[in-house]
Amino acid sequence: MNKTIHETEEEIIDEFSFFESWQDKYEYIIELGKKLKDFPEDKRTEDNKVKGCQSSVWVVTRDEDGKIYFKADSDSTIVKGLIALLIRVLNGRTPEEILSSELGFIDKTGLKQHLAQTRANGLAAMIKQMKMYALAYKTKYESSK
Amino acid sequence: MQEILEKKIFDVDEIRKDFPILETLSNGRPLIYFDNAATSQKPNSVINALSDYYRNYNANIHRGVYSISIKASEAYENAKNKIKEFINASSEREIIFTRGTTEAINLITYSYGLENIHEGDEIIISEMEHHANIVPWQVLCQKKKAVLKVIPVNNNGELVIEEYQNLLSKRTRIVSLCHISNTLGTINPVKEIIKLAKLNNPETAVIIDGAQAIQHMPVDVMELGADFYVFSSHKMYGPMGIGVLYGKAELLEKMPPYQTGGDMISRVSFNGTSYNDIPMKFEAGTPNVEGAVGMKAAIDYIESIGLKNISTAENELLAYASEKLNEIEGLSVIGNAKNKASVISFTVNGLNAFDIGVMLDGSGVAVRTGLHCTEPLMDRFKIAGTVRASFAFYNTKDEIDVFIIALKKAIEILS
Repeated sequence: MNKTIHETEEEIIDEFSFFESWQDKYEYIIELGKKLKDFPEDKRTEDNKVKGCQSSVWVVTRDEDGKIYFKADSDSTIVKGLIALLIRVLNGRTPEEILSSELGFIDKTGLKQHLAQTRANGLAAMIKQMKMYALAYKTKYESSK
Repeated sequence: MQEILEKKIFDVDEIRKDFPILETLSNGRPLIYFDNAATSQKPNSVINALSDYYRNYNANIHRGVYSISIKASEAYENAKNKIKEFINASSEREIIFTRGTTEAINLITYSYGLENIHEGDEIIISEMEHHANIVPWQVLCQKKKAVLKVIPVNNNGELVIEEYQNLLSKRTRIVSLCHISNTLGTINPVKEIIKLAKLNNPETAVIIDGAQAIQHMPVDVMELGADFYVFSSHKMYGPMGIGVLYGKAELLEKMPPYQTGGDMISRVSFNGTSYNDIPMKFEAGTPNVEGAVGMKAAIDYIESIGLKNISTAENELLAYASEKLNEIEGLSVIGNAKNKASVISFTVNGLNAFDIGVMLDGSGVAVRTGLHCTEPLMDRFKIAGTVRASFAFYNTKDEIDVFIIALKKAIEILS
């Protein structure tokens, strides 16, 4: 049985609670960012771009058996690391699950302080975009019923 | 004048005590504030002046018959007088308070621009302008079918003066340029630029955006020969929300009001309204008295340190930081003009500026990252943004050392 969104978030919050310093937390995020590598080069297009003032994010999706899968990339390693966390939480979920997720882990891990305050990094826009995709799939499924 | 007021010895440790924020912590580390080009910190004398105003003589100005209103009106007028002297304008009538540099430029475009620009006329700006000195002119050009021409920047980040001379034509009506680039730190030869514009056509209006210059060097508007000179209080140790439009009286007198309402009129009836004389014609509504009081305190403070001392200290910081930064492998300083103010923009091999900024913040170092509201300049250098460190006289070489260590660590982690 797969973990729920909530369980995955709890898992991440737990992981982050081990970091004592701000530096350690960020080094971990940067590591996650460096590992997020499988974004197809030909998808780095303007259409797939979610533009922030200081960094850009690219996101593509596919669905399988009513579940959504994301791939994303950014020119910022830190944003990429955050995306990796978002993907870990939201990948393979139904549109309903994604739409109802509150993503409290961003706050509870202490990441929000740096990242939610600013429109600069494109992360807030990225979350919105992921939910928009979920809504689009939901609409598509409902109309084909 | 300035020399008389200058402190004999420039003691940075003593000076730092004037700025309470420099004693605070950021992310558990002592705050190292290197974002002075975005806004400067405020000395106690400014903070106290604001508090004193609200505690002791807050009142609406100009028509009050009672003593605190008279005192507030005097304080407002004294501030104007101080600014007039500070930039050597010929009269207080030439000093108009605005919300800041951006509003001052908008005032010129909407008032002078709409009146004097016609189809086919040309406006010259440069590639290194802040968006605040680009977009208002674009809007004016669209409205009036005028043409916007752009002076290019060379690889060192200097204006190409020969190209500027080529752009000057019979149709040039306005030249609007920054005195110092907020992104590159380049100090432009504005006196020469103004002279060339006037030689081409004495009627051409020249606007100098002094937002990045006024806090670093003495500015004498009469000596420069600028028609308009604009700047903000908050970048010169004063409060936010107030700035100055200096304009030659003969131009301001002919210009229509920008906003209308109270204070800017001389008589109102339903048959028609006549406007007040300058500068009040351009100051509709209750002005920012608190801001004016704070701005005067800021200029008093600058004069107590001395602009000469300030620029000497800042030049030393710039030289020291440039040397240390240039030692870092893969780091490129963007903007290597011969004449430079204490602003350094740089990129590091393939690393994202935002990432570096976030990592520096973890060490208590505040820098700015991104486009710095100069997107065309970023396009010119084919970069996605820079990290910008900008120094004020209260910064120290020790702070630069901490910044360099933190930067090296950030580069190591991010690479």
